[in-house]
Amino acid sequence: MDQIIIYKIILCVIVFAVTLGAAAYMTWGERKLASWLQDRVGPNRAGPFGLLQPIADGLKMLFKEEMIPTHSNKWLFILGPSFFMLTACMTGAVIPWGAGFTIDGTYFPMQIADINIGLLYLLGVISIGVYGIMIGGWSSNNKFALLGALRASSQMISYEVAMGLALIALVMLTGTLNLGEIVAQQDADYAYIVYQPLGFLIFLICAFAETNRAPFDLPESESELVGGFHTEYSSMKLGFFLFAEYINMFISSAVMASLYFGGYNFPFQHELGLEGNLLSAIQTAVFLGKILIFIFIFMWVRWTLPRFRYDQLMNLGWKVLLPLAIFNIFITGLVMYFTGKL
Amino acid sequence: MSLTNRSKVVAKKELTLMESLYLPAIFKGMAITLSHLFKRKATIKYPEQTREIAPVYRGQHVLKRDEAGAERCTACGLCAVACPAEAITMEAAERNKGEESLYREEKYAKIYEINMLRCIFCGLCEEACPKEAIFLTDRIVPSSFTRGEEVFGKSILVEDVNERVDVTKRQTPDVLSFKQDKKHAHNQTFQDRLKQ
Ligand code: SF4
Ligand code: SF4
Repeated sequence: MDQIIIYKIILCVIVFAVTLGAAAYMTWGERKLASWLQDRVGPNRAGPFGLLQPIADGLKMLFKEEMIPTHSNKWLFILGPSFFMLTACMTGAVIPWGAGFTIDGTYFPMQIADINIGLLYLLGVISIGVYGIMIGGWSSNNKFALLGALRASSQMISYEVAMGLALIALVMLTGTLNLGEIVAQQDADYAYIVYQPLGFLIFLICAFAETNRAPFDLPESESELVGGFHTEYSSMKLGFFLFAEYINMFISSAVMASLYFGGYNFPFQHELGLEGNLLSAIQTAVFLGKILIFIFIFMWVRWTLPRFRYDQLMNLGWKVLLPLAIFNIFITGLVMYFTGKL
Repeated sequence: MSLTNRSKVVAKKELTLMESLYLPAIFKGMAITLSHLFKRKATIKYPEQTREIAPVYRGQHVLKRDEAGAERCTACGLCAVACPAEAITMEAAERNKGEESLYREEKYAKIYEINMLRCIFCGLCEEACPKEAIFLTDRIVPSSFTRGEEVFGKSILVEDVNERVDVTKRQTPDVLSFKQDKKHAHNQTFQDRLKQ
């Protein structure tokens, strides 16, 4: 029993470190990719290929002067970014990062918390995430920050609805809310993208909106709202906001990969003749690869599409995605009924 | 009436079903950006690579010396008059006995300053100079921390006796003959004009 607790703690630290490291290097990747898509070379001065850039950026953020506006509510002002960061890091707990290892007959799962309502937990934590933005934007006592926070909350709430409904169609198929089981089911069967293409598309669009990424980066929209909800933030508090966005992106990529693209499973994995721990290690690597592909898509879209107008955003969320998600549930139910799965 | 024949009539028509789906347009856009991923980068990594410059590039000025090493400038002030940016100032002085090897003409520029922050590198000073004394070269004006450092005096402008600055690219035979051609008003002296 002790052993498993120590193992869980170690796993927590590893997942935490990997998430933070990935987020740090995603900032580098984002800048590189952005510049490549714009025929530039991007950061290349700090270390080989600019690889030390995230470290330099982090140091810069840490050493910058910290300013808290006089008319702001100090505690809420500090709570905002902390909360946003906390919820961003919490989501990593239920993701199955691999099939698990067996050492000396003891089984070590690659999932921090194998809870049977993993999916619900995920949705719950994501919706709490908006509080960080709201508190931060509201307590700044600044028009732009408040507008950004308002936009963020209405945007996230609207898109959560469609996202939840897209997941309901998936849950109808899986019959479980346990993320580990959902991934394991895709080992025996096809990846769920085959059964849920529309659901995936809706989920993808909602994921863009939930992570406040372009074309849905209205809460931030630097060209109209200065910096949106983080206008008044400086130093590492600003860093937390920016950093948490990348963590969110990483986790949403992981969620999409596990829900719709088989998680750590890959085609013909059992025909390779590999067994046990080796196969597990490869599976984890494949999972990380899938996450990378999604992250690439996130960035690719950001540097292609212009930002939505606010009414367009709301129209898309309520008048297009929501009916589509309900339609998807309906179709899924019909097909399940007629193929006798129900 | 149109000036360029490039204007287009904009029609605000309803989107077709395919267009209102937006997805085809989005994929098209994404294909375009993806294709740029593999294109040649436009960046010149400056300190390591330098941009190729034209042979007649107009950069930092030089005040020339003649073959014997005497300064050619006679402080006539024509360059300062020609300068549209009013970047040039000078103070003239008379050549003393024994200074013949230093200054070519009886009058020379004691102080000659070009404010590089004002200069627009048009090259009109070079065109105006009757003594072939000032030329723009392909050297890039270095940056500095203060404005004062950007006012270049004779110590920077006059070329070194042992390290001549090559201006042959700007002083081609064509240019020389053009400068001597009396057909052009700017090459005529007052007497020339009187004769006509
Ligand atoms: S290049 Fe043009 S602006 Fe510069 S000093 Fe000569 S005449 Fe003046
Ligand atoms: S540089 Fe030429 S134009 Fe200018 S003062 Fe000297 S001789 Fe005259």
